[in-house]
Parts: sequence; C-alpha cells; structure tokens
Amino acid sequence: MAAIELRNIVKVFSDKRRGRDLLTLDNIDLDIEANDFVCLLGPSGCGKSTLLNIIAGFEQATSGRTLVDGKQVERPGSDRGVVFQQPTLMPWLTAIDNIAFHLKLKGIAKAERNDRAMEFIDLVGLRGFEHHHPSEMSGGMNQRVGIARALLMNPSVILMDEPFAALDAQTKLEMQEELVAIWQKRRCTIVFVTHSVDEALVLGNKIVVMTKRPGRIREAVNFDLPRPRDSTSPEFNDAKRHILALIREESTRLAQAS
Amino acid sequence: MTSVTDTAPAKPAFRLTRAFQGLERVIVPALLIAGWEAFARSGMLPPALLPAPSAVLHALGDWVFGFDETTQTYSGHWTRDALASALRVFGGFALASLLGILAGVAIGWSRLFEKTLEPTLQMLRPIPPVSWIPLAIIWFGIADKPAIFLVFLGAFFPVLMNSIHGVKTVDHNFVRAGAMMGANQRQMLTDIVLPAALPSIFAGLRIAVGSAWMLTVTAEMVAVKSGLGYVLWDSYYFLRYDIVLAAMISIGLLGYLSDLGLKAIMARTLRWQQATTVQGRTG
Ligand SMILES: Nc1ncnc2c1ncn2[C@@H]1O[C@H](COP(=O)(O)OP(=O)(O)O)[C@@H](O)[C@H]1O
Ligand SMILES: [Mg+2]
Repeated sequence: MAAIELRNIVKVFSDKRRGRDLLTLDNIDLDIEANDFVCLLGPSGCGKSTLLNIIAGFEQATSGRTLVDGKQVERPGSDRGVVFQQPTLMPWLTAIDNIAFHLKLKGIAKAERNDRAMEFIDLVGLRGFEHHHPSEMSGGMNQRVGIARALLMNPSVILMDEPFAALDAQTKLEMQEELVAIWQKRRCTIVFVTHSVDEALVLGNKIVVMTKRPGRIREAVNFDLPRPRDSTSPEFNDAKRHILALIREESTRLAQAS
Repeated sequence: MTSVTDTAPAKPAFRLTRAFQGLERVIVPALLIAGWEAFARSGMLPPALLPAPSAVLHALGDWVFGFDETTQTYSGHWTRDALASALRVFGGFALASLLGILAGVAIGWSRLFEKTLEPTLQMLRPIPPVSWIPLAIIWFGIADKPAIFLVFLGAFFPVLMNSIHGVKTVDHNFVRAGAMMGANQRQMLTDIVLPAALPSIFAGLRIAVGSAWMLTVTAEMVAVKSGLGYVLWDSYYFLRYDIVLAAMISIGLLGYLSDLGLKAIMARTLRWQQATTVQGRTG
C-alpha cells in the first residue's frame, strides 16, 4: 500500500465574479510510496498548491479519492505535517513554543513539551534561538521552525509548498542540503512543491512533472542519483534535459493549440 | 588609553543634544502658558472671565489639599471627586470591555452570531450615547447607574468593532496551521484566533477608555451630583472659571493616566509584537 494514493482527483473552482467554472486539476492519479521524497514540479497556476491542500485536507476535491495510509482524507490532521510557503508561525509564541504547539494542544505539560521540542531545535540547528519570537529571526530561521514544527508531530507524510521560494539563493541551498540530511536521517515521506527544475533535481528521488492549467501529470520521473548531488555532473544534466524537454514539449503543444 | 581621549570631546555635545531633546517637548506648552499668564495679568479681560494659570493652579491646589478654601465647599475634596468619576469610568469600561470582547469575538467567529446579533448592534451604534441621557435618568434615576450606563455605551462600541475586526482579519493560514496541528474548535478560538486578534482588541480598548472619560463627565454634568464633571458644571453656574479650568486639567490628567496604564498592560501582553517596533525604531 502506498503512503499516499490519489485516485482520479478533479478540482473545479467556481469563479463567481465571472460566473464560470475553472477546471484546475484534471484527473490526477498518483501513488506516493512511504519514505519517498517526491517533488511536484510545474509552472505557477498549474494547481500544485491546490493538490497539496487537498492532501492536507484544507480543500476538498470536486471528485476523486485521497487516501493517506489507506485512510480517506476528510479534514486537516496532525498525521500530515504541512510546511507553508510563508512560515505561518504564531507570532506571539517563541520558537520552542511554536515547535511544541501540537503538544500543547494535546494537553502535555510544559516541561515535557520543552524537552521534546529541544530535540527538534537541535535537529534544525536553532539552539540558542529557542526563546526568540518569529519577528526576531530571519526568514530562513523561521522556516526551520516551520519544518521542526511539522517533524515534531511525527506525521506519516510531510507536505511542503515552495517553502524556500522566499529565501535568498545561499540560504536556499543550505536549507535544501539540510532538508535532504533530515530526510535521510529520519526516513519520512515528503511531498515537496516547487516550480524550479533545479530544486526538484537537488531534492527529489521522484519528480512528478505537471502540465499547465488544467493540471495533469505529464510524467513521473524516478531520479535515484546518489547524494550529495552534484548539479554539474552529466547524470544531473541528463535528467535536467529530459525534464526541460517535457516542459518545452508541453508549451509548444499549447502554442499550436491556440 | 587613546580611546578615552578620543571619546572625551564627544560627551558634552551628546549631553547638549539630550538636554535639548527634553526641552523641545516643553517649549510650546511653556510659551503658551507664559503668554496666557501675561495676557491675563494685562487686565484686558476681567480676571473672573480669564483666570491666569497661577490662579488656576492655586484653585487646583486648594481643591486637592484644602489649604486656604479659595474653592469653598470643594476645598480639599478633589480626591473624593476624582474617585467618584474614576469609579464610574472603571465600572462602565470594565463592563463594556467584557461584553464588547465577548460579543465581538462571537460575531467575528460565528456566522450565526453575525447574522442574529450584528444588525441590531450596528443599528444602535450610530445613536450618540449622550442622546440616551433622558432614558438613562428615567430608568436609573440620578446616581451612579445612569453614568455607568452612558460610559458603557460609549466604551462598548469601539471594543465591539475592533474585536470583530480583529477576529475577522486573522490570517486564515493561522487557522490552517492550527487545524494541521490538531486544534479543536475551542482551542482554535482560545489559542489562535484570540491571541491573533489581541492587537486590534487593545486598539479598541484604548479608544474606549477615552470615550469613557468623556461620557462620565457628560453624565456628571446632567445626571449625577458628584465627580469632576459635576464640579466643573457647578462652578460654571457660580462663575468660578478658575475651578472650571482646574476640573478640565484634572479630567485631562486622569484620562491621560488611564491611557498610560492601559498602554503599559498592552506592552506587557503584546511583548512579542514590540520586538519589531523597537528594532524598527533603534535599528
Ligand atoms: N480558492 C480558489 N478559488 C478560485 N480559484 C482558485 C482558488 N485557489 C486557486 N485557484 C486557481 O487555481 C489555479 C491553481 O492555483 P494553485 O494551486 O495555487 O497553483 P500553483 O500552486 O501551481 O501556482 C490558479 O489558476 C488559481 O487562480
Ligand atoms: Mg502555489
């Protein structure tokens, strides 16, 4: 059984102002295996966030079935950790309290919460900043808190929606490396949304290329290049060429159609 | 050693700017008061119509400490009068805060309350609190109650409006994050929506405390026979403009102090928010 099973997902948004319906996801069918690091790659507006939000339970598919660990997804829950594009931390809580928020909601005592959160503070390299508020930390540090917060729940899958898009190039590279290290160490299932071919190739062992609107799956590419990956190696560039060809084919097809 | 000689000349200059910074705040009020004193002493208007600042200070001093009974029956009674007003402000404000936050959060959070409760409240809102005075006197008589009622009306709506706004504008991603971490409906309200709405609620409370003072004084002019507003109005009948001005100063001062107190509570509660403003100011 796959960790995530998407069966014939269709999503239609009704555009009330213009009085018409917008087909956003067209028959998405995808299996994601446990411990996979899957990158959902596609141009902006193709429905990546919508698909992730359906898995997270924030949105309901118009039709189709979403199963996580064999269970139908109906609402958000702590079995699916989400890392948002903006860190979306509670600004009134310190880093450690943000990370331990899930435990607080479960009614666990402060001392134990702090104990357990410290492990994740260390994991994302924020020791010394545990009592800082989000407004006192950089974007990259806040996103680390966001990742730690999701990991602490020990979810069966972690869903990430372009979490590094707002970071500067250098911080982005650092965070990508650390995320891969965390994934290797903790063996979790990650679905990572990105519009960057390079990011997908650095991170994923499976790259799901989506088409422009309405979003369909163009091809799911397995990419098992050993890590750390060298983005100048021939294998890396072969894969990159293949994915770029898929995307280019797609745009010429659209150009001919219109 | 060199560093000591290097920094030494800088020090007096620094002190001078600091002294000037303190001075620039008082320069305008000092000039105003000096001009007023000079004008009042010039005799262009009878002193009864425009008392000099020194006379006002004298009246205020006697009202507070009762040293020479210039303020006659009020002499030494300031504390009692101020306390009477302050208690009305506190009573009405506390009630308005409690009900305003409760109703505001309920309306902002739940469609049901928004549909059932909000239209009525929004219809009552434009009615000036002062226009309730006749009804307040009929209902509550001449005592503390009509004043507290008026204070309540003046303070309730700012708290209500800001609480509704605060809850409605909570970033829906916070709610999503809460749901993702397993918050139930009650926790969503107490652990996410309420703290997120607090800055807006506090803004409402600060407007409300100002309204509260305005309405206590108004009520005391008509519906109550004690407090700073009563003294102000009563002195006007006896043409004691020095006491009128002393009362105005007292009200201004107490209003300012209430706001300062509220600001201190706000700064403590919203310490997480301060980090940004302090950084922005110094950095
Ligand atoms: N809540 C919504 N209501 C209406 N249209 C939406 C909504 N959310 C997304 N869309 C539309 O669906 C399409 C896909 O959006 P999204 O999933 O955010 O794309 P991506 O994340 O790939 O950039 C866009 O055209 C967007 O305008
Ligand atoms: Mg998106």
